[in-house]
Parts: sequence; structure tokens; C-alpha cells
Amino acid sequence: MMQSTFPLLSLAIWLPVAFGIFVIAFGRDDNPNVVRTVSLLGAIVSFLATLPLVSRFDNAAHGMQFVEKFKWIDIFNINYSLGVDGLSMWFVVLTAFITIFVVIAAWEVIEKRVAQYMGAFLILSGLMIGVFCALDGLLFYVFFESTLIPMFIIIGVWGGANRVYASIKFFLYTFFGSLLMLVALLYLYFKSGHSFDILAWHTLPLPMDAQILIFLAFLMAFAVKVPMWPVHTWLPDAHVEAPTGGSVVLAAIMLKLGAYGFLRFSLPITPDASHYLSGFMITLSLIAVIYIGLVALVQTDMKKLVAYSSIAHMGFVTLGFFMFNDMAVQGGIVQMISHGFVSGAMFLCIGVLYDRMHTRNIADYGGVVNKMPKFAAFFILFSMANAGLPATSGFVGEFMVILGAVKFNFWIGMLAATALILGAAYSLWLAKRVIFGEVTNHHVAELTDINKREFLMLGVLAIAVLAMGLYPAPFTDAMQTSVTDLLKHVSISKLN
Amino acid sequence: MNNLNLISVLPEIFLAIAICAILLIDLFLSDAKRYITYVLSTVALLGSAALSLCDFNAGATVYGFGNMVVSDPMSSLLKVCSCIAVALTLIYSRQYLEEREMVNGRLGGEFYILSLFTVLGQMVMISANNFLIVYLGLEMMSLALYALVAFRRENTVAIEAAMKYFVLGALASGFLLYGISMLYGATGSLDMTEVARVISTGAVNKPVLIFGLVFVVSGLAFKLGAVPFHMWVPDVYQGAPTAVTLMLGGAPKLAAFAITVRLLVETLPALVIDWQQMLTILAVLSMAIGNIAAIAQTNIKRMLAYSTISQIGFILLGLLSGVVAGADGSTTNGYGAAMFYVITYVLTTLGMFGVIMLLSRAGFEADNIDDFKGLNQRSPWFALVTLMLMFSLAGVPPVVGFYAKLSVLQAVLSTGQVWLAIVAVMFSLIGAFYYLRVVKVMYFDEPVDNSKIVASKDVTIALSINGAALLVLGLVPGPLMTACAAAIVKTLAS
Repeated sequence: MMQSTFPLLSLAIWLPVAFGIFVIAFGRDDNPNVVRTVSLLGAIVSFLATLPLVSRFDNAAHGMQFVEKFKWIDIFNINYSLGVDGLSMWFVVLTAFITIFVVIAAWEVIEKRVAQYMGAFLILSGLMIGVFCALDGLLFYVFFESTLIPMFIIIGVWGGANRVYASIKFFLYTFFGSLLMLVALLYLYFKSGHSFDILAWHTLPLPMDAQILIFLAFLMAFAVKVPMWPVHTWLPDAHVEAPTGGSVVLAAIMLKLGAYGFLRFSLPITPDASHYLSGFMITLSLIAVIYIGLVALVQTDMKKLVAYSSIAHMGFVTLGFFMFNDMAVQGGIVQMISHGFVSGAMFLCIGVLYDRMHTRNIADYGGVVNKMPKFAAFFILFSMANAGLPATSGFVGEFMVILGAVKFNFWIGMLAATALILGAAYSLWLAKRVIFGEVTNHHVAELTDINKREFLMLGVLAIAVLAMGLYPAPFTDAMQTSVTDLLKHVSISKLN
Repeated sequence: MNNLNLISVLPEIFLAIAICAILLIDLFLSDAKRYITYVLSTVALLGSAALSLCDFNAGATVYGFGNMVVSDPMSSLLKVCSCIAVALTLIYSRQYLEEREMVNGRLGGEFYILSLFTVLGQMVMISANNFLIVYLGLEMMSLALYALVAFRRENTVAIEAAMKYFVLGALASGFLLYGISMLYGATGSLDMTEVARVISTGAVNKPVLIFGLVFVVSGLAFKLGAVPFHMWVPDVYQGAPTAVTLMLGGAPKLAAFAITVRLLVETLPALVIDWQQMLTILAVLSMAIGNIAAIAQTNIKRMLAYSTISQIGFILLGLLSGVVAGADGSTTNGYGAAMFYVITYVLTTLGMFGVIMLLSRAGFEADNIDDFKGLNQRSPWFALVTLMLMFSLAGVPPVVGFYAKLSVLQAVLSTGQVWLAIVAVMFSLIGAFYYLRVVKVMYFDEPVDNSKIVASKDVTIALSINGAALLVLGLVPGPLMTACAAAIVKTLAS
């Protein structure tokens, strides 16, 4: 373990939280521009604070880096213990990065209670970074659960017409999963001789029946969050009702909390159960990829379509994790990062259209390219990335997962590959119906192209998508060692 | 036997003298100067809390009045909490009471005197080491509370609540007393230490003992408000003036917890198998009925009453998973967990009723959930405090309620009762729904009533501290948890 001299991870977690609290405490709604500027400053500073993680990250090192450890709740032997490895490092950066766009996207759009909106997102950003950094089971749980509070408020206060239903469904669904995880965490605490140390749990021998129960308890928490079929139904509701920023954060980062949980908890703590239940997990993932892909195809609401496509893409991620080979697991992680950019960008694009037309109905659009050529270019690019076109980030992850799947079992690989076709179908058909064709109605005819602010945020994301598609090495190199170590660990039985 | 040892009851003596003095002073005060009674009462409570805290630092177990009372770490900690809780209650209630003319006119400052008597009763209960002293404290507290509930005698709802509370409370006292008489019959002593010693020798009539135990547990369950002895709770919570609801929903839980530990854990450890089974049934039923019935409520005081019932279920979970033998300060301390739970619960209840009183005005009780509509637009700060309170009750981190649930759950799991833990978390999930509804009403709905919220300085400061305490205790729960566990360990070891 590499001990950190400067608490970089704490800084990454608490800096946005501090900015958020500051904005909520001192933000005045009669002067929203100050609030917006301070929030943007906070988001950018927080993002810059995470960059040393990339530059100082040692790709070859085994185990955790930038480790911080303090006693927190002595009586239960709970520690404030943080650290990142190749599996989690990029998510810290991604979270801080996406938060900047959330702030920019809300600039002119959110007019009521601006301070609370911005503050909630900044706090949420810090809490999510905390989830990726926590090395103590209870600390993880605290961060994991705290994220519900700001998200609940965001969907409920700034959401659409059916926001109350969506926000309560979101909260209760995820709370249900997490509570079972809490029981599992406490069980592990007693099994391991009063320790909440996740790394100690990795090496804890467990009998098969206990492993299966723990695996299922974690599955409830993570499957709801990912979300996997059949516990995905909260996501389309939440996405449709959430404000643009909420959708972006949900798709780009919150879903990854669940997938990350599989890597940090399920696989290494219960390796035998993971192997034993891998068929089950693969089946669920393939259903997500194919069935949900088909569901996405028939959506009439743009946000719902992208929400279902998120579920399908996350199906790829979980599929990759349960192939138990380097290629597929890395592919899954790359897919998570890529999906963070792409789905974030897709929701921002929909937000741009929604701000002008106040409808998300696909049928209300058509021929947007005639009026918004710059926007159309971005929209097509992100749709292509969503479909997994080579040279975009979407391709890298999906291709790696499919390669890994073929290595595991040809037929699984082939089924997964059909998802590429489905992905292309719903993404391109969406683009066709919204962007191309004749101008369908006078509302579309009155559209104005994107302004500088929107151009900036979509442009930066476009660069990120292309850069990751063309040169994914910085991402894959960073995770190589950790993934290999994880798989080596998972291949050793814990039964004895 | 004839060692008085007055030091051990110093806080009680101080408070008793203060009550007499305030009663006299109040006689000479005009309505305009009634605030002096208020200030003196609050100061008396804080002084008593400070004296209890001094004892706490000594950390030893001291008996007084010929073993009638005991001063140990648990009693000191609970007494501190009790005094502070009632002091906060008085601060939150002042404006409410003045607007309803409950502290002026013919009644004078009686409200304050009666409130102080409830605290004195609680302190006697907390430090009782003799069955009769338990009963004495209980009645001193209860009689003052009966009078307080009936304080607005022109209000029919309040009178109905007072009648119910009095009749059922008297019944519960009767149960307890009957159980105690059985125990006395079986062991020949009223002294708790002596009873425990006699039982441990084994030379007692077991059926009589069990018979007595059933009545003692029923009496305690009545006082705690556990299902199926909960019928009085919703009606009394709803009917009593909000200030009084807080007076009987807050601090008395601490005292009820204390006598439960004294009677069951300290006196009857030999019957642990029997009473743990009884508590299991009470706990599961309380969580089930409390959480499910709360969903249907539209009156927030009634909803909080059912919420209390469910929270009591959790406290009982902690009590039933304590390890009596070999309590060595290890982490498997169910009683410490339950104590932490009850203290944080009281803190949350205080804040919640504080907010209700804050929103109430002369002639208007903010006791419907709909009265919280759009609170975030009327006052973002108090909405945030209420948000904290609600998430604390729901057990969502990082607010302190989560750590209370966590410590109870870990105690439950440490005794290997996984099914009980799963039942508990599933009912918490149901509970989350109605707490969320309050948050929803505050944040997502538009206000119907746009009148300005008038909060005096003392209430604003006290409520802010209360809300902040929930968060601070959530971020650093360690010290209080350790204090609770250590207090229990030392108390049981002596």
C-alpha cells in the first residue's frame, strides 16, 4: 500500500461538499448569477483537485494508492479509510468532470432556488466520489446511502410533472436494496472478527451457503442501482422526471456506483458464489442487453429511450464482469467510463432540445438539422457513440466485452453482439426521426441553434468521447494491474 | 443500611429545592414578568444537568438512602439527557404556551412547575434501586403529566386525551405494582440488588416469579407504548397540547428505558430467557403496527405517535439482544446500543415537535402534514432542519438515526438472530415511506399558507443546535456510543 503524504482523496470528496454547503448557506435567489459562478468555480476547482490522482497514479503498483486511514468510530472498529486502485481511480475524476457540465447545463435553465440546486449537485458529487474511495464497508455504506438524499430532492423539486412518484420510487427502491446490503455488511463484520475493512474481507474464508447469501444481499443493492433487469423500473421514471442535470448524474455516475460495487464487494468477497451464480448473472445481463434494447426501440419519449439504452449498456458492463477474464472485465470498466461521457452527453442534448421545445416526445420533432446544424452534428456524434461506432469511446468497451465473452463462450458472445445491432437501431432511428427529414412543424421551424455555453459543454464532451475512442490506453493501462489482481484473486476459492 | 449518602442524589435535591423556590417566586410575579419563571426553570434544569454531569465524571457506583437509590454512570448520563431534553422542551414551548394563555392568567406559572416535577420524577425513576422508589418516581412523573395533558381544560380533545392517559396510565401502574408484589412475594425483598441475589441462589418459587415478570413487562410496555399496549399513544399524542406531547413523548422515554434496564436486566437477569422472548414479540409487533399504521395518518402528531411506537420496537430489539453474562465492554452490547438509540431518538423527537410548535400560531395548530406544505419556500433553514430530523428517523446516513439503527442491528446480529435483523430492516423500509412524505410535502409542494414564520431568537438557536447536533453526531457518533456502552458496562458490572 502506498501511503499518501497529502490527503488528495479527502480533498476530492470534501471540496465539492464544502462548496455545496457554502452555496446553500450563502446563496441568495435574487442574485442567481453569483450563485452560478461560485458553483462553477467550485466544480472546476474540485475537478482540478482530482487531477493529481491521474498524474501521480502508479499504473504498475499493486493494491491501493493514495491511502488515508483514521479511526472513526472506535467502538465498532470503523475507520475513515480511503484509497483508490485502477478500478476506481478514473471514476473519481469522471465524477468531478461530469459535475462541471451539470452546473453549466443548469445555467439559464434552472431559475427557481438556484442555490439549492447547485448546492445539492456539488454535495452529491463529493458523496459519490466518497463511494468510489471508501475502503471501509461502513464508510462505503454511509456514502452510498447519503447520495439518495440530494438526488431525492433534485428529482422531486426540479423534476417534471410526475416527479413525486418518480422520486419516492427512486428512493424506496434503492433504500430497499441497500438495507439488505447493510445486513450483509454487519454479517461480514462479525465473521471477520469485528472489522469493517473491505480489503480484509477479500481474504476472509467463507462457506458456500454464507457466500451465496452475502452475494444475493449485495446483488439486491447493486442490481437496483445498476439497474439490472428486473429491478430496473425505477430508472426510466426517475430519468424522465429528473431535470437535465439529474439525468446526467444518474446515468453518468450513479449507475456506476452499483457496477463498481460488484467489483469491490461481490466478486472478491464471494468469489465462489460469483462463479456459482455466474450463469444467473449472465442471463440477467443478456436479458438487459437484448430485451431492454428492444424496449428502447419502441419508446416515444427521447429521455425514456436513452434511459432504456443506459440499462442495456449497463447490461454489457455486468456481462463483462461475470466473464472472469481480463478482456471482458476491463471492457466492462471502460464501458462504464465511456457510458459516463456518452449518456451524459445524450441527456445534455435532450436537455438542449427540451429547453427550447418543452417536449420530449420524438413525434414532435423532425428536421432539426435544418435549424440547428451545429447541434445536429453533436447529436449524431453522440448517437453514433451510443451505438458503439468505432473511433468513439462506445466502441472500445463493447468490443472488449464481446471479445471477452467469445473467449468465455461463443454463444454468449454472439448474443451480446446482437446488442450492437439493437444499439445502432435505436440510436440511429432516434437520430433519424429527430434530426433529419423535413421540418415537421412550426415549433421546429422556430428553433435556434446552440449558444456558446451549450457549444462549449457539448464540444468538450465530444472531445472526450473521441479521445477515449481513439486512444483508450490511459484508461486501460491504469486498470490493467488491478484487473489482473482482481481476477487472480477471484480464481482462488475461499472455501476450505 | 442507614447511610444517607446525600451526594448521590445531589441533582435531585437541587432540583427539588429549585422547584419549591420557583413555585414561591412565581406567586409574586405578574403576567408580564412570567418570563422570569421560564428563565429560572430552564436554569434549574441546566444546573441539575450540570450536577449530574459532575457525578458522571466520577464514574463510580454509589448507593444512597440505605440502598434505596443508586447513582451510577448510566443514571448520570440519562439524567443529563433528561434535564436537557425538558429544558429544550421549555424553550420550544414558550411562545406556543404564551399564545394559548397557558402560562398566564389564573394558571400562572404552573405549567413550568409541573414540568419540573416530571423531570424530578424521571430522575427518581432513573436512579431507583428499590421497587417502591421506581413506583414513587413513576407516579410523580405521571401525575404531573396527567395534569399537563389536561392543562387546557376548555379544550375537549385535550380532556379526552387526559382521561385516556390517566385511566390507561393508572392501569399500567397497577400492572407494574402487581408484578412487583409478586416479585416481593417470591423473594421477600423490595431492594433490587437483594432480589437479584435471592433469585440467583435458586431458592425461589419460579412460577410466582414468572407471573410477576409478565405483569412487570406489561406495565413497562404500557409506559413505553409498545404494541399491544400502545392504544393510548396516538390519541394522547394528538389530543394533548403540542408542548405537552413533547413533554411526555421526549424525556419520559429515557426514564422508561432506565427502569426497564433496572427491573429486567439488573434485577431479573436470571429470567433473561423468559423476558427476551416477551420483548421479541413486543418489538416485532411494535415495528409492524407502528410503521404500517403511520402510513395512513394525515395528522403529523398522530403519525409521530405511530412512528414512536415503531422506534420503541427498535429500542426493545436492542434490549433483547444484550448479553447479560460476561458484559465486558466488547462491541456486542445491546443495552448500550438501545441507550444510544433512545437518546438520539429523544433528540430527534424534540426537534420535530419544536418545528411543529414553531409553525403553530395563536388559534392555529400546525398539526396536519399538509401544514408543512412548501416549508422550503417559507423558510429554507427550518425545512433543512426538518429534513435532517426526518432522515434521522428513517435511518438514512449521514444523520445520527442511522447509527442508532446500526448499533441495534449489530447487537441483534451478534446474538445470531439474522431473521430478526431482516424483519427490522424491512419495517424500516416501510417506515421510510411516511418520513419521506413529510420531506415531499415540505420540498415538492407549493405552500398554501404564506404567512411569515415568526421564530424568536432562543427557538431559532435551540432548533439550529438541535438540527446540527443530529448531523454532527452522525459524522462523529463514536464518543456518545462509547459513553453509552461504557456507562452500561460499568452499571452492570457493579
